Amino acid sequence: MSKVAIIGVGQSAFVRQYPGSIRELVFEGFREAVQDARITTKDIDASVICSAPEYDKQRSPAGVFAEYLGLNPQPTFYVESLCSSSSTGVRLAYSLVKSGLHDMVAVIGFQKMSEISSSESQERMGRGADIQWESPFGTMMPAYYAMYARAHMEKYGTTLEDLACVRIKAATYGQLNEKAVYRKPVTMDMFQDPENRMAGSVASPLRVGDCCANADGSSCIILANEEKTKAFCKKPVWIMGLGAATETVNLAGRDLFSGLSAAQQAGQQAYQMAGITPKDIDVAEVHDCFTIAEMMAYENLGFAQPGESKDLIQSKETYKEGSIPVNVDGGLLSKGHPIGATGGSMIRTIVLQLRGEAGAIQVQEPEIGLIHNIGGVGLYGNVTILGR
Amino acid sequence: MGSIKEVDDRFKKFGTVSFTSISKTNDFVDYLEKGKVMGTRCKDCGVVFFPPRAECHQCLASSMEWFEVSGKGKLVTFSKLQFAPVGFEEDLPYCIAVLDYGDYKVFGRIAGDLPEEEIKLGMEMVTAVNSLPNGQLNYVFKKA
Repeated sequence: MSKVAIIGVGQSAFVRQYPGSIRELVFEGFREAVQDARITTKDIDASVICSAPEYDKQRSPAGVFAEYLGLNPQPTFYVESLCSSSSTGVRLAYSLVKSGLHDMVAVIGFQKMSEISSSESQERMGRGADIQWESPFGTMMPAYYAMYARAHMEKYGTTLEDLACVRIKAATYGQLNEKAVYRKPVTMDMFQDPENRMAGSVASPLRVGDCCANADGSSCIILANEEKTKAFCKKPVWIMGLGAATETVNLAGRDLFSGLSAAQQAGQQAYQMAGITPKDIDVAEVHDCFTIAEMMAYENLGFAQPGESKDLIQSKETYKEGSIPVNVDGGLLSKGHPIGATGGSMIRTIVLQLRGEAGAIQVQEPEIGLIHNIGGVGLYGNVTILGR
Repeated sequence: MGSIKEVDDRFKKFGTVSFTSISKTNDFVDYLEKGKVMGTRCKDCGVVFFPPRAECHQCLASSMEWFEVSGKGKLVTFSKLQFAPVGFEEDLPYCIAVLDYGDYKVFGRIAGDLPEEEIKLGMEMVTAVNSLPNGQLNYVFKKA
């Protein structure tokens, strides 16, 4: 069976308010990926468009993008799994290529969140949960993750300082990322000063500094079969493993509150498919929509035993020079989180790392990288493993 | 002559803001009006559901009976919100939480008059119907 590679990656800058329309936003990530792959739009057989619904006036954006990107008459369609939409898109594109239906597929993720107000955005995020039985209580994303943070702190003794360490690490690398929305340093003093904005409570125990920001952005990942890859690509990055799992929407249906079971299962599937263990991962991108989410990811992916994520962050093992560098592009906490574009951006970072093209954030000669991308509050778990 | 069919939209009364108006579990709201929080149990295979549902995913039957959420549950986790989604601003600050009854869990709010310092994970709480100032109904967790 033919292998499947990623031959081109691109993303727009992630910004608070993109000065253009969604088709123009999508063009930025797409152009970078097409130029990176050294192909023409004619070489692309199909496109998969990924975003979370309800942020746009445009219905069925896939057709509009196909026109604007010069991808007519090739087929296109839309997929979503909230914040992990573009990882789902890559999973789908992998199967389209692997099946032989298409030779080359572009996975295009986007979100222009600034078209609606922050509170309207929160309302939509709240409706990513169970609208019949949870949303009538007034729920929102930070509060759900805060409930996991509380349970993790109670069970394992994780502290607010440990959570702050995750944000401090993110900011260390966010400063180096020209495409990140937040590029200033963050210090422990900021979390300890009640007057500082970072220390303000959003949903206890999470503070402003524990949360990523909304952003506008786009990403593009181009997948190809082995034959096309050999024809076009000097530094292919191969898809070694894919995992995807779900958990109940309503928290009342869950048993685990100190970790995300969908992430655990997706991780196990991806490791098994790739034939490797967590120790083989040289660099990782994990879904740090909130600081606690990165801590749980360490444990759910096997980088740390349950309850020991605090040791990993305290000892700086997830910094660039550590034993398992995580989110050395600044993560969602620094880059911002344009929902549908996020997974593609994480994959782009790992591809650049594996090619040795990551610049200031380059990890020393990584061979295998992992992407952990979560939709909703652990509702959709997606893990992708890539190798040189 | 056409006749206007009456729409059974009782569910729109659930919560500060309801996003659902029609459900096969509309009776849930009638029970709230009588002061009862109810789940459903499958008459065919015995599985217990909260939140209530009209069909059983285990045996695919639609023969449900109602049971009352009663007795004490244990607090699994909670969060106190300082920001709220659209339509909930007047309620701030408030706590959302999960209560474990053993056979099932309940997602809801903690009663507004319980200070955050007194809320401890693992504490025993009860679920009680609550009338909201805007005439809507929900339920809250109170110290047992």
